[in-house]
Amino acid sequence: MAFSFLAPDRAVARPGFSRWLVPPAALAVHLSIGQVYAFSVFKIPLTRLIGITHSAPGDWTQPQVAWIFSFAIGVLGLSAALFGPWLEREGPRKAMAYASALFALGFFISSFGVHLHQLWLVYFGYGIIGGIGLGLGYSAPVATLIRWFPDRPGLATGMAIMGFGGGAMIGSPLGVKLMAFFRTSTNVGVEKTFLVMGAFYLCFMAFGAVLVRVPRPGWKPEGWEPKTTASGMVTTHGVAVGPAFRTPQFWLLWIVLCMNTTAGIGILEQASPMIQDLFGITAIAAGGFVGVLSLFNMAGRFFWSAVSDYIGRKPTFMILLGLAVIGYSILPYTSAAHMNSIGLFVLTAGIMLSIYGAGFSTAPAYLKDLFGTYNIAAIYGRLLTAWSVAGILGPVLVNYMRESQLKHGVDRASAYQLVLHIMVGLLVVGFLCNLLIRAVPEKYWLKSEAPAAAGGH
Amino acid sequence: MNEEKKSSLLAIALAWLIVCIPAAWGVYNTVLNAMKLFH
Repeated sequence: MAFSFLAPDRAVARPGFSRWLVPPAALAVHLSIGQVYAFSVFKIPLTRLIGITHSAPGDWTQPQVAWIFSFAIGVLGLSAALFGPWLEREGPRKAMAYASALFALGFFISSFGVHLHQLWLVYFGYGIIGGIGLGLGYSAPVATLIRWFPDRPGLATGMAIMGFGGGAMIGSPLGVKLMAFFRTSTNVGVEKTFLVMGAFYLCFMAFGAVLVRVPRPGWKPEGWEPKTTASGMVTTHGVAVGPAFRTPQFWLLWIVLCMNTTAGIGILEQASPMIQDLFGITAIAAGGFVGVLSLFNMAGRFFWSAVSDYIGRKPTFMILLGLAVIGYSILPYTSAAHMNSIGLFVLTAGIMLSIYGAGFSTAPAYLKDLFGTYNIAAIYGRLLTAWSVAGILGPVLVNYMRESQLKHGVDRASAYQLVLHIMVGLLVVGFLCNLLIRAVPEKYWLKSEAPAAAGGH
Repeated sequence: MNEEKKSSLLAIALAWLIVCIPAAWGVYNTVLNAMKLFH
């Protein structure tokens, strides 16, 4: 009987329900699952489960532990793509409830894996089970907000996806403080930390699932009238996920997101060593630089996406990618060997990271413009595979190119130059793809928009 | 018959408060960390 609460029709908003209750529901989920980007705080402790103060024989290695995060992000993209149609059918409440259960279960299984010192259990728990929770929890709130804010879709997606950026800011200090609390002379404290974090996120995400509602059929914001004729890129018709997947528009936007994300990850991956190599600052100060980048990343998700409501999605991406091309080009020349301006370096890198974040938050509103809201969750789920690809492409490109440069005798500071120039090339590809995006032709439109279940209408 | 019952402002404020408190704590910690760059 308790599961009937999750039924799609139970999540339909009653008349008078304020749409301003939906962003907190979305934020509760995104602030939780954004923890995945703070998983690195467990990296060292997980390699010292036996040795406690150092890695002992039999302890897991850093490359082995790094796969936990990779599994989680890879499964995120796959599950968002695979479960998109299910999400449309069952609605966001069930998806968010399942996401909270799976994400928490991932922590609990991982805690058990740490207890038994079985790495495969941590891969399975956090990486696979938690990863499925991530995928469900990522797309459901975004698609729901787009439906509640048809007048300001950029603002709506910016709010939710800013939460995902902010999630790492909560997850990182929470993980560090809990491990310090549970640490003893014979235990690094990860096992209990995973249990507490799982319980905390279960409650926080469940709050979002209880609060979330979908608008009833025919609902629209007060005083807002939908356009009856298509203007520019904005469609007045829905496109189903199957036909949308076959349009050049979908794949062009997929490339735009993939290129922008690859370039952003390129900086994120190397942020701390890069500033140390270019300016010779300490590792502690470099940690502060990573903090500055996190703030820009989070702010960019909201700022640029909200701006896109006023100037349009295509012009926004033109500005973003154009700025990124300039920024990545000048970044290596701010180093001590050239301009010697750490202030300019930090500012430029910060703006680049705000652009990285903006790509995530503006893309779903772009999808809404192109394909309408009919199957937005399913279409968005498939677009997220661009993130999975970038998650592999970015680090591989950066690490491989940099290692190759160093092997050829290039000094550490100069080795970044080629890497950043490659990123410029990728961004130019993204810029050109964005230029090629046109409105979706009529042949792809739904002939009649029969109401899809709770999620899709 | 009008059965429309508006969501209360208190409920909306409370919902925002529940998510803003941990978010603000996270941002505060990040700002503290970011300050190390300028020391």
